Amino acid sequence: MSKTTEQVRKTLARRYRAEKRFRAMGMASVLFGLMAVVVLFTDIIGKGHSAFVETYIQLEIRWDQDELYIDDPTDPDELAYADYDALIKNALRERFPSVEGRLEKRNLYKLVSSGAGYTLRDRLAENPQLLGTTETLWLLADDDVDRYLKLGQEAQESARLPEQARAWVDELVQEGSTDTRWNASFFTHGDSREPEQAGVWGAVAGSFFTMLVTLALAFPIGVAAAIYLEEFAPKNRFTDFIEVNINNLAAVPSIIFGLLGLAIFINLFGMPRSVPVVGGLVLTLMTLPTIIISARASIKSVPPSIREAALGLGASRMQVVMHHVLPLALPGMLTGAIIGMAQALGETAPLLMIGMVAFIVDIPGGPLSPATVLPVQIYLWADSPEASFVSMTSAAIMVLLGFLIMMNTLAVVLRKRLERRW
Amino acid sequence: MQAGNLVLLLVALAALVYYAGWRRSHAVAASVGGPRNLHSLPTYYATLTLFWCVLPALALLGLWLAIDDSVIRSQVMASLPAAAQPDSGVDHALLLNQIRNVAAGALDADAAPPHVAAAAELLNQLQERNRWFLTAGFLAVALAGGLWGWSRIQPRLRARQRVERIMRVLFMASATIAILTTIGIVMSVLFESIRFFQKVSPLEFLFGLEWSPQTALRADQVAASGSFGAVPLFAGTLLISFIAMCVAVPVGLLSAIYLAEYAHHRVRAWAKPALEILAGVPTVVYGFFAALTVAPAIRGFGESIGLSVASESALAAGLVMGVMIIPFVSSLADDVITAVPQAMRDGSLALGATKSETIKKVIFPAALPGIMGGVLLAVSRAIGETMIVVMAAGLAANLTANPLEAVTTITVQIVTLLVGDQEFDSAKTLAAFALGLMLFVVTLGLNIVAQHIVRKYREQYE
Repeated sequence: MSKTTEQVRKTLARRYRAEKRFRAMGMASVLFGLMAVVVLFTDIIGKGHSAFVETYIQLEIRWDQDELYIDDPTDPDELAYADYDALIKNALRERFPSVEGRLEKRNLYKLVSSGAGYTLRDRLAENPQLLGTTETLWLLADDDVDRYLKLGQEAQESARLPEQARAWVDELVQEGSTDTRWNASFFTHGDSREPEQAGVWGAVAGSFFTMLVTLALAFPIGVAAAIYLEEFAPKNRFTDFIEVNINNLAAVPSIIFGLLGLAIFINLFGMPRSVPVVGGLVLTLMTLPTIIISARASIKSVPPSIREAALGLGASRMQVVMHHVLPLALPGMLTGAIIGMAQALGETAPLLMIGMVAFIVDIPGGPLSPATVLPVQIYLWADSPEASFVSMTSAAIMVLLGFLIMMNTLAVVLRKRLERRW
Repeated sequence: MQAGNLVLLLVALAALVYYAGWRRSHAVAASVGGPRNLHSLPTYYATLTLFWCVLPALALLGLWLAIDDSVIRSQVMASLPAAAQPDSGVDHALLLNQIRNVAAGALDADAAPPHVAAAAELLNQLQERNRWFLTAGFLAVALAGGLWGWSRIQPRLRARQRVERIMRVLFMASATIAILTTIGIVMSVLFESIRFFQKVSPLEFLFGLEWSPQTALRADQVAASGSFGAVPLFAGTLLISFIAMCVAVPVGLLSAIYLAEYAHHRVRAWAKPALEILAGVPTVVYGFFAALTVAPAIRGFGESIGLSVASESALAAGLVMGVMIIPFVSSLADDVITAVPQAMRDGSLALGATKSETIKKVIFPAALPGIMGGVLLAVSRAIGETMIVVMAAGLAANLTANPLEAVTTITVQIVTLLVGDQEFDSAKTLAAFALGLMLFVVTLGLNIVAQHIVRKYREQYE
């Protein structure tokens, strides 16, 4: 055995160990990343799943005309402004006759959501003949009750519900007078200070209008810019400058676009704050580079032979582009646009700058009415002190992630279906 | 009529004009023996008419909407009696708001001072008149344009060339928006920053160690002078970015190497997209995760081993930000590693090197410039990241290098200074734009350097 071979042999075991170590480190890194995905999703689903159901309490409601102070049941105004909370309070007092004292009674009244009175109002407006009758109704419980019941035996100590109220709730549970039902209001209501009445629909509508404005502006402009740069632009300083700008804008922090929106759109042009149009404009500027870059890539992938063939048959350059290149490149452009839209849908920071953080209860009716968007709603709820908003926030995140997954799947499917290999 | 309705109306009008142009081109074609003998196809004549109708009207609408508000405002303010003219910018804004509220009916006109009520009435009148003028002018321009275009349709008109030229100009205008955006960004942060630096010296801003942007509302208030030394913010930003890089660079790089060089192609086919899910999660979700899961966990762990950890520690924000950047680093690194020519690998392996030795001594040095570029881009991302730090990092400007304490960052301060109501020309608000300028300059510098490195590296192997 030669001397070199001997030396190599000696170090071989060590080198193989190093090889194994390095490989294990690589594998550990990949596992760390995958674990992060798993932990993130299980954490959010674990926190958020409970928000999709909410607690109801069964109460015996006496539709007492005197208690409501309704003189004329045919007058819609009287029906609208009657004191429905009094009915609920009566029902609660009758349910727990032993409760005495102002403070205790106040705790008792808090078992039912403060929005339950409106449920009664709507019910009476639809069925005026109910007046004078007694019926058993399921009413929405307060979020403290809801949370107390959702926490499970061992963690119930940490709930905010007062000691006495826990006894009442336990009694209700034993008698089967509580029920958990699908939280439909979460998908139909706007924001609210009361967690049990708050919903994401207002934010979803706001996001929809914002995305509509963004898509309507960013896609045509992005495609037009890409066509110009790929097919028409002469090779000169000006074109180079445009390209440098596009590449840099793609990497500018999103919050800077928010500053641009605040200084230019709101302060200079005097556009209103908190409206989807301004949000859409800012997000358009932010997503344009992404869309232009992907649109250019898909124009580039159209083989030159097609252009040459069309030119050879006498088409003008514009006709070549509009009749041949654009239809062939469109699937790729759409995929890029969907991915850009997904990015814009999850964006929060620039929208904070242009005032889309306002507390808005109404469902926005159009791109010009004040609105908030889904990610900003998540930010606002995450900041709220009530513990119930934690699960609401996680549930809203699940809705947002659901939309993003849908958009990305659509992009993948589009690419698979329409992609052409030349 | 509202601008949205006007645009809808214009769409309907455009369809009509297009049809009219198409009909007329056929009609004029009859005199020369059919559409075959026209210079262009009938659709080109129609499109040209449509352009004549739509483009001038849209230009008018844009211009009008950009200036009408300020014109009305100045007219209303000029109508006020000399005694009621506001003397400062703040009073000006307050008075204008009052007039607007009275005009909108939110405030009672009888309770307002007479000159305000009069101004509100004038405002309502002007707005009403403005709406009418806009509608009338818009429709007049659209119709006149359409009619003009329609009347010019002749067999010899070079319609196709004109349409194509107009489209080309429109395409170019779209591409120029990128430049306009950059100019807009520079202008908006630069002008406000200049105003800020007139109030606070740039030296104090860049080198001052004290950051407390609370300025006095009244001159006689105590302890509200406001100091704008941004060094604690820079330090906090760097600390959190550094922690993020400590997570993202090794993990991202090693996983890119593993997936590119070791992993079975089937493992790679699903592990790579799975990792990229991390890049698609919105930052607000990471912020929530950092604030409500990671930060309490770190705090609990620290307390169990006897360390005091702030509940908004830099560590929590940095770790989560690092996780967010992992896919960014790994996909950039993957690109450069797979771009290293196979011959270099083969040469090293043939000389008896193990796979890891090949990677460490041949591939990694060859890919280093590209990887450096990727890391720089990742750093610029970490510096500009907002939501994670807004939700999980603190607000107090501590000058510390301890990752267990709370620090604040440039982006957090921009958000806290600008969210909420405040007058627009106070040093506090302007400071946000000065911070924005710093952020823009730094990230732009990093991006340019990184792109330069990456491009140079690519040329080397092509």
